[in-house]
Amino acid sequence: MSLEDKYLITVGLEVHCELRTATKLFCGCANVFGSPPNTNICPVCLGLPGALPVLNRRAVEYAIAIGLALNCDVRRSVFARKNYFYPDMPKDFQISQYDEPICVEGYLELPVAGKRVGIVRAHIEEDTGKTTHVGSSGRIQGADFSLVDYNRSGIPLVEIVSAPDMESAEEAREYVSELRAILVATGATDGKMEEGSLRVDANVSVHRKGTEELGTRCEIKNLNSLRSLGRAIQYEARRQMEIVEEGGRVRQQTRHWNEDQGVTSSLRSKEEANDYRYFPEPDLVPLEPSSEMVELVRAELPVLPPARRAALSDLAGGKPNRSELEQIGTCIGLDLDGFVSSAAEAGLPFKLALSRAANELAALVGAGEALSPEAFVGVLKAEDSGRLSATQAKAVMAWLAETGGAVEEAISALGFVGLSDDEVGSLVDRVTAEHPNEWGRYMAGENQLAGFFIGAAMKASGGKVNGRVFSALLAGKRESAQS
Amino acid sequence: MAIVDMAAREIASAVRNRELSATEVVEAHLSEISAHDREVAAFLLVLADEARHRARSIDEAIARGEEVGPLAGVPIAVKDNMTLRGVETTCASRILAGWRPPYTATVVQRVESAGAIVIGKTNLDEFAMGSSTENSGFFPTRNPIDLSRVPGGSSGGSAAAVAARFTPLALGSDTGGSIRQPASLCGVVGAKPTYGLVSRYGLIAFASSLDQIGPFARSVEDAAALLSVIASRDPMDSTSLGVGFDASGIAEGVQGMRIGVVEEMLEGVSSGVASVLDSAIAALEAAGAAIERVSVPAARYGLSAYYLIAPAEASSNLARFDGVRYGLRVEGEDITETYLRTRERGFGAEVKRRIMLGTYALSAGYYDALYGKAQQVRTLIARDFAAAYEHFDALISPTSPTVAFRFGERSDPLSMYMSDVCTIPSNLAGHPGMSVPFGPAENGMPAGVQVLAPALREGVMFRVAMALEAAASEAAVPEWAKAAGSGGAA
Amino acid sequence: MSSDQISRDETLHIAHLARLAITDEEADLYSRQLSAVLAHARDIGALDIAGVEPTMHAVSMRNVMREDVVADSLDREEVLASAPSSEAGMFLVPRIMGEE
Ligand SMILES: [Zn+2]
Repeated sequence: MSLEDKYLITVGLEVHCELRTATKLFCGCANVFGSPPNTNICPVCLGLPGALPVLNRRAVEYAIAIGLALNCDVRRSVFARKNYFYPDMPKDFQISQYDEPICVEGYLELPVAGKRVGIVRAHIEEDTGKTTHVGSSGRIQGADFSLVDYNRSGIPLVEIVSAPDMESAEEAREYVSELRAILVATGATDGKMEEGSLRVDANVSVHRKGTEELGTRCEIKNLNSLRSLGRAIQYEARRQMEIVEEGGRVRQQTRHWNEDQGVTSSLRSKEEANDYRYFPEPDLVPLEPSSEMVELVRAELPVLPPARRAALSDLAGGKPNRSELEQIGTCIGLDLDGFVSSAAEAGLPFKLALSRAANELAALVGAGEALSPEAFVGVLKAEDSGRLSATQAKAVMAWLAETGGAVEEAISALGFVGLSDDEVGSLVDRVTAEHPNEWGRYMAGENQLAGFFIGAAMKASGGKVNGRVFSALLAGKRESAQS
Repeated sequence: MAIVDMAAREIASAVRNRELSATEVVEAHLSEISAHDREVAAFLLVLADEARHRARSIDEAIARGEEVGPLAGVPIAVKDNMTLRGVETTCASRILAGWRPPYTATVVQRVESAGAIVIGKTNLDEFAMGSSTENSGFFPTRNPIDLSRVPGGSSGGSAAAVAARFTPLALGSDTGGSIRQPASLCGVVGAKPTYGLVSRYGLIAFASSLDQIGPFARSVEDAAALLSVIASRDPMDSTSLGVGFDASGIAEGVQGMRIGVVEEMLEGVSSGVASVLDSAIAALEAAGAAIERVSVPAARYGLSAYYLIAPAEASSNLARFDGVRYGLRVEGEDITETYLRTRERGFGAEVKRRIMLGTYALSAGYYDALYGKAQQVRTLIARDFAAAYEHFDALISPTSPTVAFRFGERSDPLSMYMSDVCTIPSNLAGHPGMSVPFGPAENGMPAGVQVLAPALREGVMFRVAMALEAAASEAAVPEWAKAAGSGGAA
Repeated sequence: MSSDQISRDETLHIAHLARLAITDEEADLYSRQLSAVLAHARDIGALDIAGVEPTMHAVSMRNVMREDVVADSLDREEVLASAPSSEAGMFLVPRIMGEE
């Protein structure tokens, strides 16, 4: 029995989502990525003495949209100060929502895992600046000095805190990808994990199966891809299991994921009890979104992934299997579900459309290329009718994505123009005449020889013959010869 | 009359009518400053060149027939906890020495666009924490009426500058009495408006939920004129109420008004101050007001609540002085040591004491019993005031229990904190309050009467203040002003 | 309410939270002075005010917000001119130990 079989893993996630506002949360500085250091700064986001925060309405609307999308209650909230010293925080406190967050008690469905994960809360807070550690090793420890850029200071964030409802790295990954799809759909964020628009911290604990007592949790930071998230949870869970197995106790810690080494390590050199001395931010007044404001935001919400998933599932006949669920998830995550439904409306088989969208089309979109829904449907029609083989259909999609133009153009440019039925008919006559022996056996019922004739026809036509058409005509020839 | 004895409104009208030039006004005040500020030490920084430059451009604008503001040509001193772009702003703290803010406080923008000329930055208790200006990180300010005594605080520099006739107007800030108490001790008028009436953008915060900027002047009308310039909505301050102040009607008298004398503010008052209050009561009755005693029971707990709330907010507001972005840095081995050393060296004892107290009050395990409870007491105080205002239009009390004390006389922090016992409740409730000189009391020192009114009822407050002023004895003036007589004639 | 006396250790802990370096003598002085102020504040500890709403500040406004419109930022050189130390357009700080 492996360690993993003896223990249960519990995962809760905190996701920080940067909002796509034009300006920062409390000042008019531009919210943009990649400006030269310290060029989007003002007295407010630089924490200059005397400066005061004023709340960005758009950020509040996005936070409400997120709350609604996650089935939360949107309610009265109060900003608080979280006090601690760090050079990337210009006031040495962070304005955040503490005991009265704007969104509470929601949930998110994980379709593949088939479970519902609770959303404890989603609250608004400001981002910190960025510290670059300069020195011998380039890492936090041992750096000689640091440089601070406050462009990111004050960028609006919504922090979404899940309940500890996930039980594996896979579930955690599915949660983040589903959450990301929802957040992107609301328009609140671009969802770019690599640019830090979405940042994930994972709380991981383990406990031995059959025991009631929950384990001590560790918080893992620096998870900036789905891959890191999965690997880090697996590593961390294993680390904790080994500690418990050896009779030790897991210490509550904040740990840093090192992607290169594939390990988590303790972030703090000395354990100082956190005492953030939260208190209500006196420079801001309470936020009490009116029902009008909430309903306006609700009215502007697009159709969200869960509803889109339900629509695709209906096309699948209501009960998609696991791999179909995963494919549906991929399509929704990349906004490709419209392609699938267009294909289905055109009478094409759902499984084919889903598979081509979730695989080939997704790969193309992932590489930054695009295809119109019309082109997608056109290629699938050609494939479904037998004009194109699967391999040919994929090549046509790639050609169209790169070059654009009509499906027919692609087919002829790639030389996939098939022979006419008459031409195939003469080919049948030709190869059967060339191989009288095999033809005789085929006539006698050795059906597997059809493959032999297809191969011969392919050779003779330079690959232009459509196998399905050829087989049909071959079978027809035998029938008419026998009748 | 000497220019330096003129009221702000007289100066503004003389300048507008070209009877006086702004340049003459500025020169007269600068020469008074250079003659006597060595003894008084009201200013941390005198902006002589800037003021002369501003005066010239105002004179030119008037010569061109352009419209100038209601305070055109009037000098004004600004407490050194409000920012003025490019001009050193220190809060009288070594931790900020040399800091030139890259922006100007809204309130300073407003007085400048009204035509007033900022003549200098005045001394204060470091970060406005104190009641004597002895806590300045640089030097103490002396009371112009008696140089051996404190001017009060924390806006001691602004109060002293007005009393010394260095300027007809000054801006101060009041968190627990920091305008009213020094106004009382220096014999000038000082008003703390309703919380939110004047923008705090650019006011370096001490206790954000209590701080409010207000005017100093030698007359009630001048104070009202300055308040009407600075009171307005500011989109940069989320707590800005979005209303202005209309000074018309403040001379309507108190006939028929009901005025309460707050019982809780009579305890521990010196006999001189008590008799000043008695004569003020008699004067108001003579002017037609009905005076009665009233109890505001929760005011008794004001001091306790204040000394939890204000330090708590201050401990957070002052965290940013860490040696990273501006001001003093004392380099350490690493960032934490740099923080520790910078703040150790940069802050004075009183500031550290309050940061410690506030950190304690907010720390885990004490929040509910200390900070949380103090916030509940605020609710009680507001409730008790509201009950009193059901029966009274305004309330009065002594501003400070005593007259100005001598330097070093109050070394124990708690006894110093007692100076603010009458002024603190209105900060906690967010109500307006002002001090009107009605002295003299002990040793010929000035003593003020405090007038309190409900939120946004500054009009009523100023009416009572004007009635008091009309009945008050001759204002106290510095020794040198008596000797000079009408020196420096216009 | 907490006990009247704040110990020296507690004082040192508070000082560290506030990032104030204090000597042992100062710790003793502060623990005496803080204890005295807190003892005075004990009168509110005795008040039975359960259920009274706390007042954050005197303003009763709600929902004060600004529109999402870009405003001017500061000139970096003017800001860095006030910085104790800077490099490459950034604020330079001494090394950060693995502490948050
Ligand atoms: Zn900014």
